[in-house]
Amino acid sequence: MIEVREAVRHFAGRTGLFSADRVVRAVDGVSFNLESGGVLGIVGESGCGKSTLGRMILGLLPPSAGKILVDGQDLGVLDRRERARLIQPVFQDPFSSLNPRQRVREIVGLPLAAQGALPAAKQRELAMDMLARVGLPDAMADRFPAQLSGGQRQRVAIARALVLRPRIVVCDEPTSALDVSVQAQILNLLADLRKELGLTYIFISHNLAVVEHVATEVAVMYLGRFVEHATADALFADPRHPYTRALLASVLTAEPGIPIPDVGLGDTYPDPANIPSGCRFHPRCPMAIDRCRSETPIPRSRDGRVTECLLEA
Amino acid sequence: MTARSISTGLGLFIVGAIVLIALGAGLLAPHDPFTQDLMYRMVPPRWMDGGTSLHLLGTDQLGRDYLSRLIYGARISLLIGSLTVVTSGLIGTTLGITGGYFGGRIDDAVMFAITCRLAIPLILVALTVVALVGSSLTVVVLTLGLLLWERFAVVARTTTMQVRNLDYIAAARAAGASTAHILIKEILPNILTHLIVVATLEMALAILLEAALSFLGLGVPPPLPSWGLMIAEGKDYMFFSPWVIMVPGIALFVLVFGINLLGDGLRDLLGVSQRR
Amino acid sequence: MKPVLEIANLRVGFSDGTAAVRGISLNVLPGETHCLVGESGCGKSVTALSVMSLLGRGAKRSAEVMRFHDRDLTRMSDREMARLRGDKMAMIFQEPMTSLNPAYTVGSQMAEVLERHRHVSRAQGLDRAAALLGHVGITAPGMRLSQYPHQLSGGLRQRVMIAMALMCEPELLIADEPTTALDVTVQAQILRLLQGLQRQLGLALLLITHDLGIVARMAQRVSVMYAGQIVESATAEALFAAPAHPYTQGLLNCVPIPGKTPRDQPLGSIPGVVPRIGAGFIGCAFRDRCTHATTACSGDIPRRSVAQHHETLCTMAPS
Repeated sequence: MIEVREAVRHFAGRTGLFSADRVVRAVDGVSFNLESGGVLGIVGESGCGKSTLGRMILGLLPPSAGKILVDGQDLGVLDRRERARLIQPVFQDPFSSLNPRQRVREIVGLPLAAQGALPAAKQRELAMDMLARVGLPDAMADRFPAQLSGGQRQRVAIARALVLRPRIVVCDEPTSALDVSVQAQILNLLADLRKELGLTYIFISHNLAVVEHVATEVAVMYLGRFVEHATADALFADPRHPYTRALLASVLTAEPGIPIPDVGLGDTYPDPANIPSGCRFHPRCPMAIDRCRSETPIPRSRDGRVTECLLEA
Repeated sequence: MTARSISTGLGLFIVGAIVLIALGAGLLAPHDPFTQDLMYRMVPPRWMDGGTSLHLLGTDQLGRDYLSRLIYGARISLLIGSLTVVTSGLIGTTLGITGGYFGGRIDDAVMFAITCRLAIPLILVALTVVALVGSSLTVVVLTLGLLLWERFAVVARTTTMQVRNLDYIAAARAAGASTAHILIKEILPNILTHLIVVATLEMALAILLEAALSFLGLGVPPPLPSWGLMIAEGKDYMFFSPWVIMVPGIALFVLVFGINLLGDGLRDLLGVSQRR
Repeated sequence: MKPVLEIANLRVGFSDGTAAVRGISLNVLPGETHCLVGESGCGKSVTALSVMSLLGRGAKRSAEVMRFHDRDLTRMSDREMARLRGDKMAMIFQEPMTSLNPAYTVGSQMAEVLERHRHVSRAQGLDRAAALLGHVGITAPGMRLSQYPHQLSGGLRQRVMIAMALMCEPELLIADEPTTALDVTVQAQILRLLQGLQRQLGLALLLITHDLGIVARMAQRVSVMYAGQIVESATAEALFAAPAHPYTQGLLNCVPIPGKTPRDQPLGSIPGVVPRIGAGFIGCAFRDRCTHATTACSGDIPRRSVAQHHETLCTMAPS
């Protein structure tokens, strides 16, 4: 249903008057297919390009190269109204994703109003209906975001995303800004809504425990590329890429008595404006061999799993 | 009560009083501001030697009642101040939001326009334009309005750039909202408080500039009673009758002072921190 | 063993009438990691700041006991407190970028701590700074000394903060969400480092966090805070094996554990939101969200012992 082909997004960053322009390769060749009804978890560290990719799939950032197709249609040629009916976002921080000067009713009604063809009474009815579905009482409709708690705000954001009944929702760290107890409420709500409305999710997160719980398939992103992509079961049971292993090892589950693992990645930090030659992960890879410095790994597909590592060949 | 809230209250009181006076000029003014009475020329104010209760603030060189002219002059000052701010606010805000939101080449163009505007000597250009086109209220308002927009543009541009990257703008775009909707409904309300503060400062500036233009004989045409014009007309007599320029001068000071106090107060009240 | 930090009945209120901390008591023993865990607004950071006397104006602090070794913190003047802070009692914060001064190099900021408290020369200060940077796992410490905070990554900045806190060989280290702003891989590295240093130097560590994973892996003792009170305190093993307070039970059910939490079923969650608590509040603050709540929960709640070293603030706990 979603088909991403060699999507690339580069940003030109000017650092100073006399220094050379730096090119930030935020998304550097990502390809995947996602079937209807699936949940693709995208995990990676900050700066790996996962949010940029999310915005490309939302149609907010045109790709520098490559194509993003939904049901065989190129996102780039869709009208903004058609696109809105197809894909909607839920962002991380419900404090900045809701306009502080608008009432909840206006915020949730915006996608309907933008369609332009619906009578006001019908818009209101649909918005109120969706607010009830995400568990907000009618009285909330006339409030401003500042009068709501973090969890309630995120419910408003979800209601806005679903009011047009889109087929795909891009959730960009939807629970990272929330407290633990509220996080569980929102995750459960997203799961319920997916079943009821038959939604497809792109679920971007740095929290692997959460991704493991919600995703049907998982892609691990490093410096703009998917270094491993497999079903959630396969990826968590048998991680193949050294980076995936490091990420999994660094998850601190709430189980006392287990020591804190040595992730073994060293203290170099990935910089998307300065991507290493060869395998982009080699400076941090605990298993790197000489070849990794010079030879760029190509994605290998086996048993429904794609891995980008020379050691996997 | 803090010192800040006292000064805001004072500003509000001054501006409010002058606005009321200007609105009720027809009721408040004891005489017609245009009626000349050459028998009573240069009558000093009531409290000075030779003053009369008929003309509380005295009369000018043509025997017109000074208090009445002052009251009607408040109309002109406020009218010019507010119309100029509306004009320059529209121009500056439009440019600033456009540049701040779209960025890139468009923003470069806006920045270039701002830089050019800053390089223009205000008074000289205003004088030249009025001298060429001829002076009238409309010409003064348009000239000042077309010149005073740069602070609106700068503030609108920076605040828009801050708001532009917030997620609710991305959410509105993803919701299929048009660019016009995003600029007017999503961005403008969130930068409006900053613009209101700029508006007060610009209004004070516009009133002072009008006075300067009128003083140089290129503001509102006589016999309209502008405060600047009153100072200009009185300047030949100021050595012997200093009150002819003191009265409109003090009025001008009080109004501009009040607007500035109000602007500073609003800035705190609306939580706007602005770098100047 | 005598505690390094001893707090009894600490209360902190703000001028707007909210009661941020409502009578908490806790001890931190030498060489022990004590975790203070809770959600945003529960008062855990305010507790840390009040120990360091870093509360802003408008905050009122009172305590029956607040002692660092034998020194009464409640009676100390601002100057005495300033002498103690960064010396025998140090703190690291969540966002190292805001706690490091952007205008000075890493080296000069670190050396200054030692100059202020130990009156040593700049050269000696820099020597110790370099040694400590090496100690917290920073390669090429000599080069890092002359860099400015913005030239470092988030993980490196947090290492610098830790090294800086260690300059005067503190006996108590308070860490407020030290890894929340960091990536998971970096978080594991920083926590390993903290744990190693703590064991090696015999530090008493008061670790404040919202992350139950961190609690499980780091803590010997845990105090769970809710609405300004410690609702449960226990050893880490006891708390995770047999949580006694309904809030602790609820929290533990909210966190998915890969491989253990069933995927197709909803996570446990706690309904409702944290109430606003004023000064005169009586009863259990959790009662409106608690499935076990009875009328007794509106009265005074006794602190009961569930097992040895395991206390809870709940009416239904076995006495």
